[in-house]
Amino acid sequence: MRGTDPLVELQTDLHPPLSAHEAAVEADRCYFCYDAPCVTACPTGIDVPLFIRQIQSGNPHGSGKTILDENILVGMCARVCPTETLCEQACVRQTAENSPVKIGALQRYATDVLQAESTHPYQRAAATGRSVAVVGAGPAGLACAHRLAMYGHSVTIFDANQKPGGLNEYGIAAYKTVNNFAQAEVEFVLDIGGIEIKSGVALGVDMKLSELASQHDAVFLGIGLGDVNAPGIDGESLKGVENAVGFIARLRQTQDYKSLDTGNHVLVIGGGMTAIDAAVQSKMLGASEVTIAYRRGPEQMNASEYEQHLAQTHGVVIRHYLQPLRYIDNGSGYVASVELEQMSVSDGVLTGTGNTTILQADQVLTAIGQKLQSAPLEGASLELKGNRIVVNADRQTSDKKIYAGGDCIAGGDDLTVSAVQDGKLAAEAINRQLA
Amino acid sequence: MADLTSTFAGIKSPNPFWLASAPPTDKAYNVNRAFEAGWGGVVWKTLGEDPHIVNVNGPRYGVVYSADRRVMGINNIELITDRPLQVNLDEIKQVKKDWPDRAMVVSLMVPCEEKNWKEILKKVEDTGADGVELNFGCPHGMSERGMGSAVGQVPEYIEMVTRWCKETTAMPVIVKLTPNITDVRYPARAALAGGADAVSLINTVSSIVSVNLDTMSPEPSIDGKGSHGGYCGPAVKPIALNMVAQIARDTETARLPISGIGGVTTWRDAAEFLTLGAGNVQVCTAAMTYGFRIVEELTTGLSRWMDEKNYSSVESFVGLATPNVTDWQYLNLNYVTKARIDQDKCIQCGRCHVVCEDTSHQAITQQKNGQRYFEVIDKECVGCNLCVNVCPVENCITMEQLTTGADPRTNNNISAEYQNWTTHPNNPMATS
Ligand SMILES: Cc1cc2nc3c(=O)[nH]c(=O)nc-3n(C[C@H](O)[C@H](O)[C@H](O)COP(=O)(O)OP(=O)(O)OC[C@H]3O[C@@H](n4cnc5c(N)ncnc54)[C@H](O)[C@@H]3O)c2cc1C
Ligand SMILES: Cc1cc2nc3c(=O)[nH]c(=O)nc-3n(C[C@H](O)[C@H](O)[C@H](O)COP(=O)(O)O)c2cc1C
Repeated sequence: MRGTDPLVELQTDLHPPLSAHEAAVEADRCYFCYDAPCVTACPTGIDVPLFIRQIQSGNPHGSGKTILDENILVGMCARVCPTETLCEQACVRQTAENSPVKIGALQRYATDVLQAESTHPYQRAAATGRSVAVVGAGPAGLACAHRLAMYGHSVTIFDANQKPGGLNEYGIAAYKTVNNFAQAEVEFVLDIGGIEIKSGVALGVDMKLSELASQHDAVFLGIGLGDVNAPGIDGESLKGVENAVGFIARLRQTQDYKSLDTGNHVLVIGGGMTAIDAAVQSKMLGASEVTIAYRRGPEQMNASEYEQHLAQTHGVVIRHYLQPLRYIDNGSGYVASVELEQMSVSDGVLTGTGNTTILQADQVLTAIGQKLQSAPLEGASLELKGNRIVVNADRQTSDKKIYAGGDCIAGGDDLTVSAVQDGKLAAEAINRQLA
Repeated sequence: MADLTSTFAGIKSPNPFWLASAPPTDKAYNVNRAFEAGWGGVVWKTLGEDPHIVNVNGPRYGVVYSADRRVMGINNIELITDRPLQVNLDEIKQVKKDWPDRAMVVSLMVPCEEKNWKEILKKVEDTGADGVELNFGCPHGMSERGMGSAVGQVPEYIEMVTRWCKETTAMPVIVKLTPNITDVRYPARAALAGGADAVSLINTVSSIVSVNLDTMSPEPSIDGKGSHGGYCGPAVKPIALNMVAQIARDTETARLPISGIGGVTTWRDAAEFLTLGAGNVQVCTAAMTYGFRIVEELTTGLSRWMDEKNYSSVESFVGLATPNVTDWQYLNLNYVTKARIDQDKCIQCGRCHVVCEDTSHQAITQQKNGQRYFEVIDKECVGCNLCVNVCPVENCITMEQLTTGADPRTNNNISAEYQNWTTHPNNPMATS
């Protein structure tokens, strides 16, 4: 039950699945728009009007298939997509009555039906004898592997982690993906056959990119952003100061939430989805006060209005125009409080005002962005931009044999659904290249 | 994926979904778009003789909405094609050449003279079309000129014109029937007698959809006046289903292929027409409401259902429901049902109670121990189904058959035996 025990809340779907009745009522609201804005707004271009019409006409299986044709990891996307800034924002009923068709929930309804069936909905084409190495078993790598397998290529996925899934397994908020869904979805993807996963194998440590490229007909890099940014201020090594991504990974992997080292006064630094997730989950874990400190104003936050609201309704306080200056020791190596500076923006330039404030905090979670690791790409001279890999429209890197997608490429929007699209587009291009 | 290919009256198409003769099939531009979208065939907008007719220049359509503004029915006062005959013929020829695997049927309506029909048939043959459909159905405009439903309402004319056509051409001849008659079996039999290869039905139903209460004009209004039009769309489906079943059940016409038309919107509607005996279906209003892309829902939905039910071809389930359509007098009077309300699903709106209380048999409670509570009183329930129909929640109220004991309403023991009205003691004309 939501709203009773916070730990239960952590394991309860933020958006519970629709019942058949709810799905019928909601599907009925779709207008089957021409050249529908929701389709354009979806990074994977799912045919939304058609899949909803198939729900309307009592064909949820066909509906699920329509969705999976464009997005094989749609189960996760239906749970984590910020639909309020994508398809649902574009819905014409949002314009008409401020209440879009619940596209995300309907998508989940249709794909739940299909994924519950025992037979995988796709078949492999005859084996081509070609092999592709995929590095990273996150959404980008998995989507790429599935599409390649469909075309009959044989795929080996290498992943540094013990479990596949990437941030689906280690990053997404617990209350968005309950009941071990990330692993269930990985299995669903692998059911097509022709994909082998090698876990605990890291590019740059256990093998080199040049080796992979010579052993396979093509390589796809879906390595995400393995490194994190740190504010670079005094006291970063104090106990209780931690990167939010690492904290969430621990949280997602624990069997016993009570054993997690969590604070009572938690300060989260950052303004994106990761900051919100870290804050809300801290609250659910039982912290009495959780504050997000963000250095700019509410409009600049990367977290959507909906996400900000979600944090606030869970008792998280969001404070703007505050930047940390130093973490203060409690005398025995633990963080006790944080000194922050009041910021101001004039003509778009962020400057400190010199006024500072001290906030009590026995846990600090920093969520100020992730960056590409350098080790995996060592030796290969791939073109980078802003520390991310440069690709063309086919997701091909400056090395014609190497493709990349997901968070690790330049110009992306760091969403699960975009990673899936990158993987799919790269697979299509690789398939054409190998033909 | 199930095999959707269809052969209707000898005409092949990749699926059983054709567009009916109407604006969606008015010219090459539309039909090319339809074929690109995946439609199996078209019946081209009805051709007539030159000089071509003219349409009104004001609104042609009226509409009936459901409460949420979903289109339930459209009514129109459009006539047949308003373009020169040769323009249509040239386009038909080209489109058939470009899409050889799709069905191309040409709808025709000319004055009721043998030479007029024979002349136009020759011209259609030149186009390479797969067949013709005789439009004996249009209820407005053309009927006042002795064509359309004016022919379709007189079985002798139907038979005569059909015969002329069959004598003239080797193309399959489909006779399109009007629903604006009392018993559709007579025109169907007449078509058969004239040699028709198939019938198609229904054309539109004579109608006035609304009156503007400010201007006192029926709608659509042309300069303050309106005339009756032809009604179509989801609202007419029940009329069409019944007429299809009547022809499919009639011993004389049972083997006559039927193209089912009227309100087909989803794959399910199509499946219903087919199981009642139609060999394929034609669609107009749904395309005019949502565009050609609905054919993707139609084909994927039908094929999924066929896979689920193990029907390998369209023919394999055509007519499976026909034998279950019977006359009232043969219905089993020993089949006793009572309504059942699933309390877990009930949202307590009370609609079932009030309709039963006000308009039926006072068989649903409104409270229990002072609380809102809706429950069926078996002693009063006649099993009429009204509560099921008005309940807003699917499967909340269902009908359950009583198979043992006595019916609490009549105290009669439930009998497993079949008994109908023809032998019932209350029937003065009972046969035994
Ligand atoms: C806390 C958090 C919450 C988020 N919430 C949302 C959300 O609600 N909705 C949303 O749409 N997006 C969300 N995102 C973003 C989303 O998770 C990412 O955009 C998406 O996972 C990117 O997919 P990817 O495949 O590119 O990379 P990842 O998911 O990061 O996967 C990369 C994989 O590569 C492996 N790898 C890395 N380096 C190596 C190496 N050298 N050798 C071998 N394997 C390697 C990793 O182990 C990992 O499995 C969130 C991100 C974070 C951090
Ligand atoms: C605007 C309009 C024009 C039509 N014109 C023709 C016609 O020229 N010839 C014809 O046989 N039927 C004509 N029809 C009838 C349709 O072909 C079809 O029989 C009818 O609309 C029922 O099908 P539906 O419920 O799918 O619309 C027309 C229907 C509409 C709505």
